[in-house]
Amino acid sequence: MMQEETGQPDLSADEQKLLEELLSEDINGLSPLGEQRRNFLKQVAAAGAAILVSQLAGESLFAHTAGEEAFVPPPAADPATAVQVAFKVNTAGRSLTVDPRMTLLDSLREKLGLTGTKKGCDHGQCGACTVIVDGRRVLSCLTLAVTCEGKSVTTIEGLAKGGTLHPMQAAFIKHDGFQCGYCTPGQICSAVALMAEAKRGEPSYVTADLRANPGPVQLSDDEIRERMSGNLCRCGAYPNILSAIREVHRGKETAQSWQFISPDQTAE
Amino acid sequence: MRPFKYSTSSDARSATQLLEVNPNAQFLAGGTNILDLMKEDVERPDELVDITRLSLTGVQTITTGTNKGGVSIGSLRTNTETASHPLIRQQFPLLSQAILAGASQQIRNMATNGGNLNQRTRCPYFYEVSMPCNKRAPGSGCGAFQGINRMHAIFGWSEKCIAVHPSDMCVALAALDAVVKVRNVAGQERVISFTDYHRLPGNTPEKDNTLNHGELVTAIEIPPNPFAARSYYLKVRDRASYAFALVSVAAALQTEGTAIKQARIALGGVAHKPWRATEAEQFLAGKPATEDSFRQAAELAMKGAKPFEHNAYKVELGKRAIVHALMKTV
Repeated sequence: MMQEETGQPDLSADEQKLLEELLSEDINGLSPLGEQRRNFLKQVAAAGAAILVSQLAGESLFAHTAGEEAFVPPPAADPATAVQVAFKVNTAGRSLTVDPRMTLLDSLREKLGLTGTKKGCDHGQCGACTVIVDGRRVLSCLTLAVTCEGKSVTTIEGLAKGGTLHPMQAAFIKHDGFQCGYCTPGQICSAVALMAEAKRGEPSYVTADLRANPGPVQLSDDEIRERMSGNLCRCGAYPNILSAIREVHRGKETAQSWQFISPDQTAE
Repeated sequence: MRPFKYSTSSDARSATQLLEVNPNAQFLAGGTNILDLMKEDVERPDELVDITRLSLTGVQTITTGTNKGGVSIGSLRTNTETASHPLIRQQFPLLSQAILAGASQQIRNMATNGGNLNQRTRCPYFYEVSMPCNKRAPGSGCGAFQGINRMHAIFGWSEKCIAVHPSDMCVALAALDAVVKVRNVAGQERVISFTDYHRLPGNTPEKDNTLNHGELVTAIEIPPNPFAARSYYLKVRDRASYAFALVSVAAALQTEGTAIKQARIALGGVAHKPWRATEAEQFLAGKPATEDSFRQAAELAMKGAKPFEHNAYKVELGKRAIVHALMKTV
């Protein structure tokens, strides 16, 4: 399908239109990762966009034949009760009209397209929806969007700077701190906020002496476990999550506990 | 979730006025309990009055009155910022420890002190709208009474309701003889002793506490006490962290030499409200601070327990938890 002589994909008019939509500037407004995403897509385009686009076109076509829209925008808020709210998300100012019932979680995912923040239990029991508001980790599923007026929200999409991952993100990858990945954005946001809590000297239930002068806390493994207890991981990646957080907290490289299988081992 | 009107207020007067004119309005602070209950269709306010912009967030040493030398804690300060405050850590470490035993860091960052007091006394039957529950739907019966009652009360229950108050913070506040300051729409202040703030279910389990509609909790005051050096909050739960108490104990001692001058013991996870073990406290006064004394006190504390089919374990667990917590103080 790809014309190797020119390196240019052979696209039909519909496919060309779809590609332009994919690469449009609009998607970059969503997050700092938008730029990376666009670059990625451009690279993909240069390498073989025809394959990608024809797949997407096919899916789109299939969706239409099934009588469904590819994207259904959420219903508009009832004008009688709708509320205007403005807050910062990952340093960008956002202004939204929301139903008072809409949670911060749903506004991030459904209104702003920031789907990195995950909806797990939606009842404050799992921590998957953890984001950082005004420097504190909170549960976005139990936060109403309307209460965020003037606040500053940081989500998983806002942690990387340009093309550089946040040290906590890099450590989670290095130490294999996840399996299915669904709890991971919440785990990482929680862990990033935890670093600041330790610096501020905030105690936990396992802190030995609450009366000791508050100062930066050196987190033991037990301290990290206790302070991360609001983030559940059903895959059970806890030991590796602990390793990742410990490394970032201590600021010292430590070897990961896993390794790729060697050729010798595969031969056995 | 049912639709509701979102209102904001910037001072106690306007906030209480909004509730005064709407019997179905409720205050919204951290929202960690009420929003969850609204999602489950258990709570059905038609208006939420956001009070988080009110300036009731201070922690101050009390300089006049009966609680002089104690501390006043704003009702809208978050649980985290209360537990971390140097004054609370130094003078009332039992309170810090109890707060930190509750919920998760994320929830403590959101939850306020006033909200912690006013979170619902609850059980799984209260949450499940297909089940009978006199607290949620008065007169519908109690699903837990002959149901799965492993987590339920062993003290102070009625046939109408056997749920327990889930707060850890409140157990410490009960032990420390705190008082709750509330104000009404007319600006009148009422001071309620902590052990009278929450109530037993009796025939009206729908009421968890003695706060009237439209009254706003403004502060919690703790009188000065000599317990800072010897106090401990023990929470026994199904997992190591982030779970409700099966039994919890707030214990505090003042000693003279090897003898106990005075003791404080309050239990969580056992009743519709934080449960003070006053008889055990009185027994300990003048006794040596030894495990043997603590065992006898624990027997007294659990003497009147009336457990159910699935929670008889709480009686023995409670005794051992009291001894363990007291041993941690000496």
